[in-house]
Amino acid sequence: MTTHVERPTDYDADEHGWFGGPETGWGGRFMPEALVAALDELTVAWHDAMADPAFVAEFDAILREYAGLPSPLYLAERLSAKVGARILLKREDLNHTGAHKIRNVLGQALLTKRMGKTRVIAETGAGQHGVASATAAAYFGLDCTVYMGAVDTRRQALNVARMHLLGAKVVPVESGSATLKDAINEALRDWVASVDHTAYLFGTAAGPHPFPSLVRDFTRGIGDEARQQCLDRFGRLPDAIAACVGGGSNAIGLFTAFLDDPDVAIYGFEPGGEGVDTPRHAATIHAGARGVLHGARTYVLQDEDGQTIESHSISAGLDYPGVGPQHAHLAATGRATYLPVTDDEAMTAMALLSRTEGIIPAIESAHAIAGALRVAERLGEEKGPEATVIINLSGRGDKDMGTAIEYFGLGDPDQVTEEPVGEPEGAQE
Amino acid sequence: MSVSTAFEKARADGRAALVGYLPAGFPDVAGGIEALRAMVDAGCDVLEIGLPYSDPVMDGPTIQAAAQQALEGGVRTTDVLRTVEAVAATGIPTLVMTYWNPVERYGVERFAADLADAGGAGLITPDLTPDPDVAGAWIAAADRHDLDKVFLVAPSSTDERIAMTTAACRGFVYATAVMGVTGARATTSDLAGPLVARTRALSPSGADLPIGVGLGVSNGDQAAEVASYADGVIVGSAFVRALLDHPDDRAAGLRTLTALTEDLARGVRRA
Repeated sequence: MTTHVERPTDYDADEHGWFGGPETGWGGRFMPEALVAALDELTVAWHDAMADPAFVAEFDAILREYAGLPSPLYLAERLSAKVGARILLKREDLNHTGAHKIRNVLGQALLTKRMGKTRVIAETGAGQHGVASATAAAYFGLDCTVYMGAVDTRRQALNVARMHLLGAKVVPVESGSATLKDAINEALRDWVASVDHTAYLFGTAAGPHPFPSLVRDFTRGIGDEARQQCLDRFGRLPDAIAACVGGGSNAIGLFTAFLDDPDVAIYGFEPGGEGVDTPRHAATIHAGARGVLHGARTYVLQDEDGQTIESHSISAGLDYPGVGPQHAHLAATGRATYLPVTDDEAMTAMALLSRTEGIIPAIESAHAIAGALRVAERLGEEKGPEATVIINLSGRGDKDMGTAIEYFGLGDPDQVTEEPVGEPEGAQE
Repeated sequence: MSVSTAFEKARADGRAALVGYLPAGFPDVAGGIEALRAMVDAGCDVLEIGLPYSDPVMDGPTIQAAAQQALEGGVRTTDVLRTVEAVAATGIPTLVMTYWNPVERYGVERFAADLADAGGAGLITPDLTPDPDVAGAWIAAADRHDLDKVFLVAPSSTDERIAMTTAACRGFVYATAVMGVTGARATTSDLAGPLVARTRALSPSGADLPIGVGLGVSNGDQAAEVASYADGVIVGSAFVRALLDHPDDRAAGLRTLTALTEDLARGVRRA
């Protein structure tokens, strides 16, 4: 299976990075002049690479032999029986390093090598993109520096250790709120000074042109594979597809192949945190306003003066006050529907999937599970049990066990009982 | 009043203009106005007032710290305009340097109108290049209100982009002397001279568009060196540092600021 084909959709960006054309105003490139030449160079190199069969073949071979792709499209039978609709899980949790992110970093690192650059930098929130970047750097023999908010280096010590073991330098960022958005700022500051020999491996389908489209190209294999797998096995397209949306790389990776299938409903589930009626959430599309952050015009959580507001989600990978501009465009056109899922709903879904299918999902992916099951129940009632929903299971939950222990009260040796502890509401039969 | 008047005056004196930067609201709104006025009194020809922003990707640790302090103190966009009004009232051309999102959020036309009303000369936009699809709304609003549009060129800029950028500028063009963020540096950049020469050659209005050089200058000797090839010497982090170094003694901070301004003002006259 070829995981990578450049195939236009009706929802792509124009040559300047405007999704749906400049009149929509979504995307673009709001960047210092000092970085424009590098972004132009990257744009040319990316177009050349995607048009070069040798590059595409090499990328596919690496994904296949090193990252374990294509990932299975798994029919979750017990979960399907529970909701009354056919639930298919795109098993990105089985990829090398445990998430869809390996696709993006291997693509960008291969492109870096092709461009003759010797060093990569990356930002990371929880550390997943940092670990993936360090992995890709080790694979290709590139120097790697990862910027990570100081708050996050403290709460994600295991991922810091993984990056160190992989040979990457990890720089704690103390500025601003010392979280993901500040790590992006610091990586951009590095890049302004190092751009002649350094590539910035952007971690999500956001940022200035060409990153939203480039990252989409490297992750769209998720949907290309899933669409074909669904056709091969069931002879039909799904009724709906669903993914969680933080910056939005796993979501755009799944959505792209289905954008021009008008009968496939598309759902993105945003981190609703403690509720979108509270200040503690990261539901950017649902509750944010149009603005410019990190180089693109998109929805941004911001105050009335345009200052970025700190986001909150129990899932560090979704905890970002912006969102990829193509998602803003898909939301504005109505092609995709974006809905919030709270921390509690996601944690309930995490336990549900664990106990129903024996799969511990990343909390990010648990947002997609929670939201998609609501959709699936409705579709099942409307169309019967053949109603089919593909959910992107974007990552595995090992990294989230600390959060799960705290949330469910697990892991206390005095609490080992025959009854499962931390039984969440909604996970009951 | 366009900043070009200040550049013309300096040029008539056979020297470069001294352009000083401080963020508004630092250490607080009143203290910021006082500091900016001290810089006027001690010899700055043009002032840039920074609009503190939560995500300043082009700024190094010094200006970040000042902006963060201003934001924590509750500075608002309206306070920035108030600061402009107080400083411009001295008669010195006063620009606002701002990342783009706060302007877009305020409303581009409304910001331009209120800036003009406050007596501001225009905007420096570090993350807004003059590409029409990006800066079209600002360029139109600036033209309606007769405001300066200061865009940036960098050592990495292509000739084509320098020509496009200088064509779009009004007031002066900001040449970033180093590939990097703001912050005082021990030595001036060897990239600055060649960039200024390229910019001069590629600017459609030739020598009529003044070229200011910024990023790294912190003393009179460096100012003199930059003044030998540029029309303006832009200093930011060193001024901020003068105030940051005296958090508990504003009078001492202002004395340091004044002494630094005087040193730099002598520097631009020495070339």
